Amino acid sequence: MTWSEMQPLLSQGTIDTLYMVLWSALVTIGGGLPLGLLLVLTDQGGLLRNAPVNKVLGAIVNIGRSLPFMILLIALIPFTTLVVGTFIGPTAMIVPLSVGAIPFFARLVETAVREVDHGLVEAVQAMGGSIPTIIRKVLLPQALPSLVSAVTTTVIVLIGYSAMAGAVGGEGLGSKAVTYGFQRFENNFMIATVVILILIVTVIQLIGDGVVRLLARRGRAAS
Amino acid sequence: MITTTGLTKVYRSARSRGRHVTALDGVDLHVREGEVFGVVGQSGAGKSSLIRCVNLLERPTSGTVTVDGQDLTALAGRGRRAGRELRKARSSIGMVFQHFNLLSSRTVKDNVELPLEILGVSGQARSRRALELLDLVGLADKAKAYPGQLSGGQKQRVGIARALAGDPKVLLSDEATSALDPETTRSILQLLRDLNQQLGLTVLLITHEMEVVKTICDSAALMSGGRITESGTVDGLLATPGSRLARELFPVGGAASGPGRTVVDITFHGETASRPVISELARTYNIDISILGAAMDTVAGRQIGRMRIELPGSYEDNVVPIGFLREQGLQAEIADGDGGDAKNHRTAGAAAAPEAAGTAEAARGAAPTVPAQQTAPAKETSK
Repeated sequence: MTWSEMQPLLSQGTIDTLYMVLWSALVTIGGGLPLGLLLVLTDQGGLLRNAPVNKVLGAIVNIGRSLPFMILLIALIPFTTLVVGTFIGPTAMIVPLSVGAIPFFARLVETAVREVDHGLVEAVQAMGGSIPTIIRKVLLPQALPSLVSAVTTTVIVLIGYSAMAGAVGGEGLGSKAVTYGFQRFENNFMIATVVILILIVTVIQLIGDGVVRLLARRGRAAS
Repeated sequence: MITTTGLTKVYRSARSRGRHVTALDGVDLHVREGEVFGVVGQSGAGKSSLIRCVNLLERPTSGTVTVDGQDLTALAGRGRRAGRELRKARSSIGMVFQHFNLLSSRTVKDNVELPLEILGVSGQARSRRALELLDLVGLADKAKAYPGQLSGGQKQRVGIARALAGDPKVLLSDEATSALDPETTRSILQLLRDLNQQLGLTVLLITHEMEVVKTICDSAALMSGGRITESGTVDGLLATPGSRLARELFPVGGAASGPGRTVVDITFHGETASRPVISELARTYNIDISILGAAMDTVAGRQIGRMRIELPGSYEDNVVPIGFLREQGLQAEIADGDGGDAKNHRTAGAAAAPEAAGTAEAARGAAPTVPAQQTAPAKETSK
């Protein structure tokens, strides 16, 4: 396979991968952030202490996290078809990718928010702050560096998942690597996709770390 | 200004059923408007629970809390969430914390603006008010800094500025100086005192440091085992014979230099304390007086505190000089002279915590106490 043959496939694959990963990352944040917050708030000693809700949410998250992604991908086909109209192609893949990543991200959010000093929550309560105020002005801003790290990790996990999704009708670098690199024994093509994936992961990690460092610089000397 | 009646807080353990800890056991507290009121006690005495019950950060198990005429316990509503009314009431009660509790993600100025944001004050007014407050606490130049760049004392000043943002009438201070070094502690206490006087702020503070009470408090209460065992104005406590708080505030030590001597603890308080009584005593009765120990302070031109002196001869020989001291309005108690009543009392306090100080003392049979107004020597109390 010559470079001119590989080039359009690779660029299309990269675009599809980034498309799937970015959208599913957005959906994951939208779903996982509230879920993670609820896990902390409803926990014992939390602001909205509610043992039944906490147990149910915890169970859902644990089930979501223990299912292998391949199984989830197939199991979700009816649901994906219902939501997107098809279960093939990059847009359809956003559904299983998000469903798979939300529980993972929710746990990371839970850990990040739990680390916020309870004294700060108390201080804002003493000022007359409501629970939405506490979430908006204390929990999220104070946990922001950890939350950004969590997003970085989640996006990278999504890249891994998206490669798998490629094997089951998704598009992207994963599917290209399987079709051309694996099934046609095009070693050069395989190497090229791997290099591109490494580059994407590295760049995302660098951006994430940079943002975290920027955010942490302010609070650094405090601890 | 702050009144609690029959305040009880029982913590129930969620894990092991039936085990519970009584942190507050029927606390009646009365803080008058414009005074600095200190609650002292050892850790575990219930001080923290008490101050956190005042703005209902902890919900009392029973009893009522009234702040500025408003019954907060009635506002509380059900469940853990604070209703709108209670939140509104809280915003007019400032609170400062031992560990400052500043948001590290916000600048100093933004930290001070936070309570104003909650109150819904507009951007410009917020900014103006925050700068005013920072000026008041002497940190106008640090507005743009982050808490992480400040020293402990500066952080606490920000904490105080933040607590004042909602124009509170009451300031609660939860061990505000306990994480600070002695010099910084003094400057923070001075600031609190200034604010109390300039703004007419009522301050309720809890502390384990007697020094804090001595420095700024008008009134004080001693807590142990979830109860208030003594309470009153600092002057009044000093005038109370056998007050443990008075002894801990002004500890005196020193043993008799030999047999056949009388050791007397004199308490100076109120109006009486401005005259040179010791030299008058020496001149009038022509006796030699040794000062064994003293813990004195001059507050507003008056001396307050305690002094331990030694007179030659036995108690019988000194009935007249001691009577003279009492006629001057001083409180004179015969000490057992074994040196360091403060030390004795501290151990007594730990052992007999729930007892009132007076009974603890009587039980030990040490240092018989004669009320100041009883000028005639009372035979049964001697030796």
